[in-house]
Amino acid sequence: MSKPILITVGPGTSKVNKTGAWRTLMPVFKHDKCNDCRICVTVCPDACIFGQNNVYNANLDYCKGCGICAHECPVDDIEMVLEAK
Amino acid sequence: MAETTKKRKPKPPVTESLLTSGHRACAGCGESLGAKLVIDAAGPNTIVTTCTGCLEVFSTPYPESAWRVPWIHSLFENSSAVAAGVEAGLKALGKKEGINVIAQGGDGGTADIGIGCLSGMLERNHEVLYVCYDNEAYMNTGVQRSGLTPFDTHTTTSPSGKKSFGNQHPKKPLLEIVAAHNIPYATSATVGYPADLQLKVKKALKEKGATFIHLHVPCPLGWVYNTELTIEIARLAVQTGLFPLVEFKWGKVTRVRKITRERKPVEEYLKHQGRYRHLFASEEGKKEIKKIQAIADANIEKYGLV
Repeated sequence: MSKPILITVGPGTSKVNKTGAWRTLMPVFKHDKCNDCRICVTVCPDACIFGQNNVYNANLDYCKGCGICAHECPVDDIEMVLEAK
Repeated sequence: MAETTKKRKPKPPVTESLLTSGHRACAGCGESLGAKLVIDAAGPNTIVTTCTGCLEVFSTPYPESAWRVPWIHSLFENSSAVAAGVEAGLKALGKKEGINVIAQGGDGGTADIGIGCLSGMLERNHEVLYVCYDNEAYMNTGVQRSGLTPFDTHTTTSPSGKKSFGNQHPKKPLLEIVAAHNIPYATSATVGYPADLQLKVKKALKEKGATFIHLHVPCPLGWVYNTELTIEIARLAVQTGLFPLVEFKWGKVTRVRKITRERKPVEEYLKHQGRYRHLFASEEGKKEIKKIQAIADANIEKYGLV
């Protein structure tokens, strides 16, 4: 048997890299006027918005605070606020 | 009669994307958004090859990978050749049925460095979907101009100044070059219209032959704009006529996205971006904007967008 070449890595292993530390603005989901359209889920480049039934939240371990979700939300239910760390 | 009124079925909870969190793309990256939309539309039974570039670097810094599907990187120019090999191998083993093969690369890896391998893959009509993520320069190495950089754009190798307004060459007509290979399906798409993009990916993967998507992805770093504007700028590129959404089948235009009602002057698109800032600073720059408008008008006339 030949030895396996150890240059492969497991699927989805990038999750050890908590990119949330890059953020200056933080999305706040107000859960007020949400109409369940899921545009925020679709447009998140970091695929970190999860939820169901009008209640969605960003996983702040990975959210980089780009603000696309707040900008694209058709009912303005997401607000970007300066995060105090 | 509240019981009998139609009640919408609740949507299932959001599941994890096949391009998962923790990748190292910049905040607001259009390319990571595009890659996420493409792979989620393709589904888990997919093998992906990627050429060198931003996408490869941010998604797979060793020993990590953001991909939850089989993924391989070889060299800068050959993601299409590797994908062709994967497809031929699957066919030889009799396992191709139900498995999608996607090759992807940036604009430099597709239109400049990898166009030979891409042309070969299209000529042999391998059952592969090639996705070109077009952010209009070599962003990974620090914004150098590529063959797909538009006219009058400021990049580090085509700087604007007293003697120049930036890149002096028009954008390479990549989609027409690809469509001229007479392949079953070639189209342009943009992250500005995610549903349209995902529909096109599904359409392309149904074809028995080589297919191609030219995907326009804004880059906050190289285009110099605020990160939340990624989708809006992508939409403006379509609405001004600078990036027409056109579908080709067997080399012939079959469908275009009309912009009759939403047509806008090119200034609307240019004014958001720092890479065009020099055009608004002088009278000569305003004349250059007219030239860019002429490019948009030519696109609109060529494909009958209004």
